[in-house]
Amino acid sequence: MWQIMSARDTITQKLHEAFGPESLDVVDESHLHEGHAGHKPGGETHFRVNIVSDAFAGKSRLDRHRMINATLAKELAGSVHALAIKANAPGEAG
Amino acid sequence: MSIEQFIENEVKSNDVVLFMKGTPQFPQCGFSGQVVQILDHVGVGYKGLNVLESADLRDGIKAYSNWPTIPQLYVKGEFVGGCDIVREMFQAGELQQLLADKGVTVAASA
Repeated sequence: MWQIMSARDTITQKLHEAFGPESLDVVDESHLHEGHAGHKPGGETHFRVNIVSDAFAGKSRLDRHRMINATLAKELAGSVHALAIKANAPGEAG
Repeated sequence: MSIEQFIENEVKSNDVVLFMKGTPQFPQCGFSGQVVQILDHVGVGYKGLNVLESADLRDGIKAYSNWPTIPQLYVKGEFVGGCDIVREMFQAGELQQLLADKGVTVAASA
């Protein structure tokens, strides 16, 4: 049966396609922000991304965040209100 | 004055500027609050600009930095990053080093 993808699924899929990550964890933290500006009923507003990919080797923190923000530009311009990012290259201290 | 000119003037005439939700005394977002705590801990003076007071400023700073979220920290006219980057730099001692390298005075550490 056809099902609408959750924002978390969309974010996970886009990051997989863009960065071929060694590890990727996308956490919906919307429930932690209930009552806070930006929260909407149903959630899917606040996400945390932990990603490890070769694509980040030799890149600055700013560059890594910009690469991820660009990949998720559509989501960030839409329903996603906050995105916490931890982006490492393999072998870097987490 | 356009919003871009306003932002440029602010980041160039103040050593450290934080674009945030709420004020340094009363942050209205947890991420902005974290950066306030870090800057206060480091002991650096800074100017807080509340994007909740102006949709122009809120949209303007996102475009100016090409960065989709608030807060945003500037040091000597240069974009440093948002909450995650500022926190990681602080924990690694890099934020303190950046301020020193740029010649920004901080209060004597406790």
